[in-house]
Amino acid sequence: MKSLPVKNLIRKPGRTAALMLLTAFLALAVFGGSLVVLSLRQGLNSLEARLGADIIVVPSEAQSKVSFQNMFLQGTTGAFYMDAENLKRVREIEGVEKAAPQIFLASLKADCCSVKIQVIGFDPQADFTVQPWIAQSYARELGEMDVVVGCKVEAGVGEILRIYDQRCKVVGRLAATGTGLDTAVYCNLDTIRLLLQAAEEKGVSHKVTSDSAADQVSAIYVKVKVGYDVGRVNTAIQGHTRKASAVRTRSMITDVSDSLAGISRTVTGLIGAVWVLAFLILLIAFAMIIRERRREFAVLRLAGMSRRMLSGLILRETALCSLLGGVLGVCAAALLAFPFATLIETALGLPYLTPDLRTVALLAAAAVAAAGIVGSLASAGAAWRLSRVDPGTILREGA
Amino acid sequence: MLKAENVGKMYFRKSGQANYFYPVRDVSLTLTPGAVTVLTGRSGSGKTTLLHLLAGLLTPSEGKVYWDGTDLYSLPDAALSRLRNEKIGVIPQGRSAVDTLTVLENVQLPAALYRRRMPDAAPWLASLGIGHLAQARPAELSGGELRRVAIARALASEPEVILADEPTGDLDDENTERVLRIFRQAAQAGKAVFLVTHELDALRYADFAYRMENGCMTPCETQMK
Repeated sequence: MKSLPVKNLIRKPGRTAALMLLTAFLALAVFGGSLVVLSLRQGLNSLEARLGADIIVVPSEAQSKVSFQNMFLQGTTGAFYMDAENLKRVREIEGVEKAAPQIFLASLKADCCSVKIQVIGFDPQADFTVQPWIAQSYARELGEMDVVVGCKVEAGVGEILRIYDQRCKVVGRLAATGTGLDTAVYCNLDTIRLLLQAAEEKGVSHKVTSDSAADQVSAIYVKVKVGYDVGRVNTAIQGHTRKASAVRTRSMITDVSDSLAGISRTVTGLIGAVWVLAFLILLIAFAMIIRERRREFAVLRLAGMSRRMLSGLILRETALCSLLGGVLGVCAAALLAFPFATLIETALGLPYLTPDLRTVALLAAAAVAAAGIVGSLASAGAAWRLSRVDPGTILREGA
Repeated sequence: MLKAENVGKMYFRKSGQANYFYPVRDVSLTLTPGAVTVLTGRSGSGKTTLLHLLAGLLTPSEGKVYWDGTDLYSLPDAALSRLRNEKIGVIPQGRSAVDTLTVLENVQLPAALYRRRMPDAAPWLASLGIGHLAQARPAELSGGELRRVAIARALASEPEVILADEPTGDLDDENTERVLRIFRQAAQAGKAVFLVTHELDALRYADFAYRMENGCMTPCETQMK
């Protein structure tokens, strides 16, 4: 009688709903928690890949204000400048393979600008960090007033972005990185210098260190030659540059990685606690339900159901109920995790990149399967104990 | 056929003066095809325990129960369950319907368990006066109607032996008479019928009658109709 477990579930909706909620809670915890941890890991990997340099040289003030790190992690806008002479000095240091400058500009939330964003100008001839990513969405060279936007900038390809009343044409959109770089706009050095000039004309002071915009940079991305110690090169840069700090990207990643490890431990601990608690509740719930249904099961035995068939019936029923609860929990977690991804990212202040669909599907399947297994395990003991009792004894108790 | 030889059942008590008691002791009984055997006795005399022992539902502490010469309790659980399903129709005391099934599904349950051809339950339900309740759920039925569902379930699968525990317990006089007549007809059709009852009226339908007292069974005079 294959349909009996289904009938038992459908025709006792209150009991079924209560059990489903318990397993849904389990699946929600495991799927939601794992998704957050995975997204944070993915975000960290993405940040590491996107930075693409061994050392970043920034003005000392940027380092002390922590604005530099926030730009990458949380997408806060900022602008800081140092003498472009530093670029020449860095290139002369032994062990430096490549050094690429970038110039930052923050647009305003005002009439002159479409949106408040971070504008990053790079040198296409020297760059080795931005272009590989831009090439994925825009294969040609960026022209004057052409920009490529991060995935969170609300502007489509072909649209015009107004920055300090200058019309910039969006020629490409970058894929998501889960970092603050998703809210940035990229252009070449000629464009950024025009924009800097326009900003000056609007009276926006950028605390430039030189009279000419051509003599200043915001950051220098450094790639160290193979075989050279990054720490030593970093120290050498520190000694040869003026009013600048050299930051090893690894140390920046390590800071984020440490925060992530802490969050991972907390989330994993919470998932574990939820599982233990939910498993205990399920054990008690199934034991109580099976006890309440002892007479019904004894009737099935007197009608000719064997111990094995009865255990199978109970396990099929609980597995089905737990799997349905698992699906419900995964759906609930997805409804919370996906639409509120930005909120989670902001709250945690860490790079957050949702894994691809295949990984999410695998995670969901694992969470549903885990809920089904835990539900079945929780009922297995009670089912086995029940099947060992003579039906006559049960009928005598309940008569 | 079904035969008990010196069966007894002992239970341990958790409290009280003696730490064990025998609801049934040293009972021998053969259920004859084509005959109605009635067992009467006071509450707690061991009637239900004996019926469960005969049905293969309760392992005896001593003695044996045979089905066509095979010790019932030596069979593996799967074989014993199948034998009970096919050969023995049990009507237990009290509520015995599966709540999540309709009346019709309850009656067809034994056949459905082993995917046998579904018996035509309608004539049985009609003869017991509950034909109109085929699609009702047990929660919608009265105690008397539920008793008749249990009786229909035991009869519809055409078993060779019918073991009924207080089958007329919740029934009015008219339905009691109707049910006893149906058991009589079943016996006439070649089945062995064993009735455990307080109802002395049942003795009128008995071919053999016994009385149970303190776990011991003694024959008593029959009043066959």
